[in-house]
Amino acid sequence: MRVALFATCLVDGLFPDVARATVRVLRRLGHEVVFPQDQSCCGQMHLNTGYPAEALPLIRRHVRVFAGFDAIVAPSGSCAGSIRHQHADTARRFGDERLAAAAEGVAARTYELSEFLVDVTGVIDVGAYFPHRVTYHPTCHSLRLLRVGGKPMALLRAVDGIELAELSAAESCCGFGGTFALKNSAVSSAMLADKVAAIRDTGAAVCAAGDSSCLMHIGGGLSRLHVGARTLHLAQILASTRSEPALA
Amino acid sequence: MTYLGMPTAPPGVGQLRGSEPFPRAAETALGNGQLRRNLANATSIIRAKRAAAVAELDDWQELRTAAAAIKDDVLANLDGYLLQLEARVTERGGVVHWARDATEANRIVTGLVAATGSREVVKVKSMATQEIGLNEALAEAGILAFETDLAELIVQLGHDRPSHILVPAIHRNRTEIRDIFLAEMAGVEPGLTDDPAALAEAARRYLRQKFLTAKVAISGANFAIAETGTLMVVESEGNGRMCLTLPDTLITVMGIEKLLPSFTDLEVFLQLLPRSATGERMNPYTSMWTGVHPGDGPAQFHLVLLDNGRTATLADERGRSALRCIRCSACLNVCPVYERTGGHAYGSVYPGPIGAVLSPQLTGVADNPSLPFASTLCGACYDVCPVAIDIPSMLVHLRSRVNQDNASSHRLPGPEAAGMAAASWAMGGRRRWTWLLRAARLGRLAGLSRLSRSAAGRRLLPPPLSAWTRSRDLPTPPEQSFRDWWAGQG
Repeated sequence: MRVALFATCLVDGLFPDVARATVRVLRRLGHEVVFPQDQSCCGQMHLNTGYPAEALPLIRRHVRVFAGFDAIVAPSGSCAGSIRHQHADTARRFGDERLAAAAEGVAARTYELSEFLVDVTGVIDVGAYFPHRVTYHPTCHSLRLLRVGGKPMALLRAVDGIELAELSAAESCCGFGGTFALKNSAVSSAMLADKVAAIRDTGAAVCAAGDSSCLMHIGGGLSRLHVGARTLHLAQILASTRSEPALA
Repeated sequence: MTYLGMPTAPPGVGQLRGSEPFPRAAETALGNGQLRRNLANATSIIRAKRAAAVAELDDWQELRTAAAAIKDDVLANLDGYLLQLEARVTERGGVVHWARDATEANRIVTGLVAATGSREVVKVKSMATQEIGLNEALAEAGILAFETDLAELIVQLGHDRPSHILVPAIHRNRTEIRDIFLAEMAGVEPGLTDDPAALAEAARRYLRQKFLTAKVAISGANFAIAETGTLMVVESEGNGRMCLTLPDTLITVMGIEKLLPSFTDLEVFLQLLPRSATGERMNPYTSMWTGVHPGDGPAQFHLVLLDNGRTATLADERGRSALRCIRCSACLNVCPVYERTGGHAYGSVYPGPIGAVLSPQLTGVADNPSLPFASTLCGACYDVCPVAIDIPSMLVHLRSRVNQDNASSHRLPGPEAAGMAAASWAMGGRRRWTWLLRAARLGRLAGLSRLSRSAAGRRLLPPPLSAWTRSRDLPTPPEQSFRDWWAGQG
């Protein structure tokens, strides 16, 4: 299958390993991966901070860049969520019905990584090897906007050598919330403290999730407090093999 | 979009605005360890009860859909339903009053109480009267109002403010309640313990006397049925039933959105409300009354219909579904922000997620600009809402209204608006964006990371990004962006 990778702006600029891992997993499963280089940002940060007019050109751009692809895969629950739930609605808000219709088309063919693997390709075991203790944080937008449910955990369970530890209060938000982390940094930090404590209590070496923004927040807390656990994107664990292992 | 011409809730009366922005009030609340423990304990118990009660019904989602549809019909045809209600209540011997805002509602109620010659009223727990600051208005007129709901009584005796819609004293534990009773409750036993049964007994003795002597009662309403003119209050303690039946005069203050078209609509709402609110299949006391009945219950019944910013809320098509709210508090109990800050930080009698969308609409966003941002948009509120209010989407919409309001009241864009516009421009072109990702990396290598390293070796950024580095480390920037890696692999 020919798959367009929407890397997301955050991963492109700050976490390129996550996009490379996504490419590795998809290629290993026999897909042709293309990276349309005109892509930039889905506009989620603008939209969720209350700047829809500034998001509109980004939405227009995103829809133009990805309009010709049958499957678009993003390693981010919140970006896929924004594309599916906000793009067409924002276009309509500004009276652009043509853009709205095109955005609906792109949205219908956009998948968060675990959705693509499980729902589209029907693959649970991607041939990964990761012999470490891992706990999984099911990020709010994957959970409640995309309803990915147990898909990421099913993929993780099939990883050879992995030891999964259940995270308590897993479905509680980590406190990131985009600009919330800056505007309400005290509350955000209080939420992060509880998430970090829950991760520590699992004894896991790695906290995995399907969204680099949440992981940036959680990872920032784990590092600041020297918890001794680190974060990895779900894609990085799924990309890990015996010959090319990801480090825990 | 403009929202001119619709009166919002006026400042200086009632409780819909805080004295400081949410982030600052929240930071203060976070520092209160007792409050944090009380809240975490109480919300986790209610959350679990609600989840169990909801799981018993296999048609829960259908009930939510039905409730949302009924409320949307009410909102779309509010004018007709309100006139129908007025006609039915009047036919049955009640008197209907229309209050544009808190000031007018307080004036009407104060006048009605004064006309009875009574200087004391008993009150059924009511959000509407808290919203308009009725107790304070009555006090100014020399009328004493006694809250009879146990939690409201605790709040009133403690000279405190409610911090939860349904459990107004959720921020108090039983030891604190014992101390409040000992200090403030007339005739209390000096040896009172903090045993819940003993506390309830003390309140019962205190309140019983009020029920037996009060000539006037004031209530809110959970629902009003347009086709019959029936008012309804659901409660747990029976104190409401006392107030609704014993006094000669009953005055009900109700937001205009509390209507249901027909009696059979209660089938939906009486399944949703108790399970969402207290995690019970059915609340212990459900009181309904239609007008007055000679020799049975209050001889005088007044219904005050309150707008106070509701019509202004109705005017915003992306905000109006907040008026579906039936004040169950399920969204408060699951909210990770509310769970840590409690209700006072929101500055309004409507705290938590629903408060963050309702209060700014009732007052106008300029008077509550920080509330729409008091959420991570985690979506837990929408999942539990029994009338399916998409609170996260509404928060996002209200954020844009706040930003628009800021933009129209300042000639120059603020730093955030300028930054957002700059980011939109930079991300809008492939060459600009590729260049920016390289420049950001070079900037870090050229010394930004050194400059921003504190003595302790932490990377600290200047404001507003210092809000991040205060409690979290920054990721190490990569050697190259993904797009540069992709271009290089050919």
